[in-house]
Amino acid sequence: MHIVVCIKQVPDSAQIRVHPVTNTIMRQGVPTIINPYDLFSLEEALRLRDRFGGEVTVVTMGPPMADASLRKCLTYGADRAVLLTDRFFAGSDTLATSYALSYLIKKVAQEWGEPDIIFCGKQTIDGDTAQVGPGIAKRLNLLQLTYVAKIDEFDLAAREIVIHRRAEGGIQILKTKLPCLVTMLEGTNDMRRGSIEDALRGARSEIVTWNAAEAGIPDLALCGLKGSPTIVKKVFAPSPRAEKAFQIEVQGKTPAEISDAVIGEINQRQPGLEQDIQKMAAGF
Amino acid sequence: MANEKFDAIVVGAGPSGNACAYTLATRGLKVLQLERGEYPGSKNVQGAILYADALEKIIPDFREDAPLERHIIEQRLWMMDDKSYCGAHYRSEDFNEDKPNRYTIIRAPFDKWFSKRVVQAGALILCETTVTELVRDAHDKVIGVRTDRDGEAIYADVVVLAEGVSGLVGARAGLRSIPKPDTVALAVKEMHFLPRETVEQRFNLEGDEGVVIEAAGTITKGMVGTGFLYTNKECISIGIGCLISDFTESDQSPYGLLEAFKNHPSVKPLLAGSEVKEYAAHMIPEGGYKAIPQLFGNGWLIVGDAGQFVNAVHREGSNLAMTTGRIAAETILDLKTRNAPMTAHNLAAYKARLDESFVMKDLKKYKNLPKVLHNKHLLTTYPQLLSQAAQTWFRVDGVDKKSKENEIVKSFFRTRRVKGLLGDVLGMARGWR
Ligand SMILES: Cc1cc2nc3c(=O)[nH]c(=O)nc-3n(C[C@H](O)[C@H](O)[C@H](O)COP(=O)(O)OP(=O)(O)OC[C@H]3O[C@@H](n4cnc5c(N)ncnc54)[C@H](O)[C@@H]3O)c2cc1C
Ligand SMILES: Cc1cc2nc3c(=O)[nH]c(=O)nc-3n(C[C@H](O)[C@H](O)[C@H](O)COP(=O)(O)OP(=O)(O)OC[C@H]3O[C@@H](n4cnc5c(N)ncnc54)[C@H](O)[C@@H]3O)c2cc1C
Repeated sequence: MHIVVCIKQVPDSAQIRVHPVTNTIMRQGVPTIINPYDLFSLEEALRLRDRFGGEVTVVTMGPPMADASLRKCLTYGADRAVLLTDRFFAGSDTLATSYALSYLIKKVAQEWGEPDIIFCGKQTIDGDTAQVGPGIAKRLNLLQLTYVAKIDEFDLAAREIVIHRRAEGGIQILKTKLPCLVTMLEGTNDMRRGSIEDALRGARSEIVTWNAAEAGIPDLALCGLKGSPTIVKKVFAPSPRAEKAFQIEVQGKTPAEISDAVIGEINQRQPGLEQDIQKMAAGF
Repeated sequence: MANEKFDAIVVGAGPSGNACAYTLATRGLKVLQLERGEYPGSKNVQGAILYADALEKIIPDFREDAPLERHIIEQRLWMMDDKSYCGAHYRSEDFNEDKPNRYTIIRAPFDKWFSKRVVQAGALILCETTVTELVRDAHDKVIGVRTDRDGEAIYADVVVLAEGVSGLVGARAGLRSIPKPDTVALAVKEMHFLPRETVEQRFNLEGDEGVVIEAAGTITKGMVGTGFLYTNKECISIGIGCLISDFTESDQSPYGLLEAFKNHPSVKPLLAGSEVKEYAAHMIPEGGYKAIPQLFGNGWLIVGDAGQFVNAVHREGSNLAMTTGRIAAETILDLKTRNAPMTAHNLAAYKARLDESFVMKDLKKYKNLPKVLHNKHLLTTYPQLLSQAAQTWFRVDGVDKKSKENEIVKSFFRTRRVKGLLGDVLGMARGWR
């Protein structure tokens, strides 16, 4: 079996700040991470591979430094990583991104076999559009399952997949044929920690790096800024929520005294919390 | 993959580990470096001043692409009481040289850069991998490590512990003890962002010139410690640190000290209007020569902060870390070329080389100083006396100069008496020698 996982390297939004005066996003010095949604799809892909055998290929389109995120995927246990990077891709919107990625996946299929399933995250934490997955599916003429919360059944012989899909007002249980494209929801699994062997292999592996020509992208006019009809009209910081963080003032000298005081204060402000935690703990 | 073996395993990717791994890898050894942080530098805190000489001996052309902030052209030493400082400043055009001697840096990007050089040199680096224990053979020789990841142990001829001040791996393996609270300082630090022009105007700088302020006095509320303020390109690093043993005895918190230091009337205007972006706390080994643990044994070496290699008087640490890392690597390379085994007997050459270097010579010079500094008068009484003296001297108020001189001298004797003064001077002199 061959599984392709699309990941995007994004700025760690927890550390992004909006400039108070100019309202521009201050990206300088902000560390980059793998889009958190993509980790759920990678873990799901690795689980399928571990059960049914085969290979997981991770792909991304991004700047050369995106190789750090790909290498991380290898240390998690992915078998291969491909970086599509070229100055022609700068300024891509979702239309141009899914155009380039669909050709990248075609090329990956030529090199290492047609994928049985392609994973994307539900959305990214920087662009937030949730359009790229469906865009790829459409261009590759694949069936698509979006907002997947859980894979219930996967039958490689019958080439069928059954999943839970979160929909407005309820859960849908859907069955479809392979190959297909799945976009995964958050919180569906816990990312594994690669073994020392995975980590060593990840550190040693070459990351396959292609430019537009090597990936066989036919029309550069459909890539990057040129191929992107979306215009960002304005970026602004939403006003802060009414509910504010508060500082807890406590007395106490030893770490034990201080933590007791902090917990006491939290319990006072959130009366039900202690009970909830007890309940949760009982469930383990 | 099982029983994978390397020439050397380096635990930690701070300056000492990077210096060691780089030196080994450029000479063709098969090196594995393990770092628990998400990336090299992610866990590390430093003021930070980079002393060029130590790095130049490892990567001569480092200035071409290392992320350096400002080269230092002015050093200010401040003795502070609650309202004043009495300072010695040294600024020289000579420091605007082709290859400057000291730079301010920001550790996260600097460590990343250094690590990239280590990878280019051919070493293998695994991040997010914590070494949990050392593996030994039947003869008690260290032959490898285990990590917090599933899987086999990894083996090597020699393991270099560059794990920083806590020294946990070495302690857990019984190679050393954990540093005592009176040999370790806790320092807190903030980064204050300001536009480049503001930094340059406030500190009288042009281009990439930089200023360093080191401060002592009542800012540490009677505890042994110092404060610092360094200029970067677009931000100011400010911090303060004191011995952990002093913190536990007092009711001061590190953060409280930093707040007070920032709000000192001489410091506040320097930071006005800045945006705080980063708060960090880290330990600094300050036990000096007498706190240095056993540095080598069968199949292992200790370098950097893990070996207490910090010169607290001169605020040098990263350069000692890099130098000990390099000398450890040179020792290992020497044994390798002679096909000699990595036994305690052979690795003793590391200690011998260190003894010959400035590292041990400097630490030995100040071996009694940590004790002398415990004299509380040095950091509270004297700064106050100094400030009063300066004020008496500079105020023009109709009192004649002779009386002013007498008043100043008397104030010293009144406060510390002859015996106290003499004892303090002798103690300092002995500590310094
Ligand atoms: C600050 C900011 C400014 C922007 N400015 C512009 C602009 O000026 N013009 C413009 O047209 N667009 C702009 N964009 C949009 C940007 O180009 C999109 O982020 C990008 O096209 C992908 O869309 P998305 O991030 O919403 O992905 P989503 O559709 O939310 O992503 C869903 C999934 O698709 C996959 N995926 C997405 N991107 C990639 C990729 N590069 N490689 C591999 N897999 C991927 C991942 O699996 C991901 O989980 C801007 C975005 C930001 C954050
Ligand atoms: C506030 C402050 C200001 C300072 N200012 C200066 C200055 O201006 N100039 C100067 O020269 N020095 C300064 N120092 C000292 C300097 O930072 C240190 O001496 C130097 O970082 C020591 O380098 P090292 O490589 O030995 O240790 P570290 O830099 O601490 O690196 C140790 C590394 O090992 C990793 N590690 C630890 N345990 C494990 C494990 N079990 N498995 C895997 N990895 C592990 C850590 O994550 C870390 O990356 C300052 C220190 C502080 C705290």
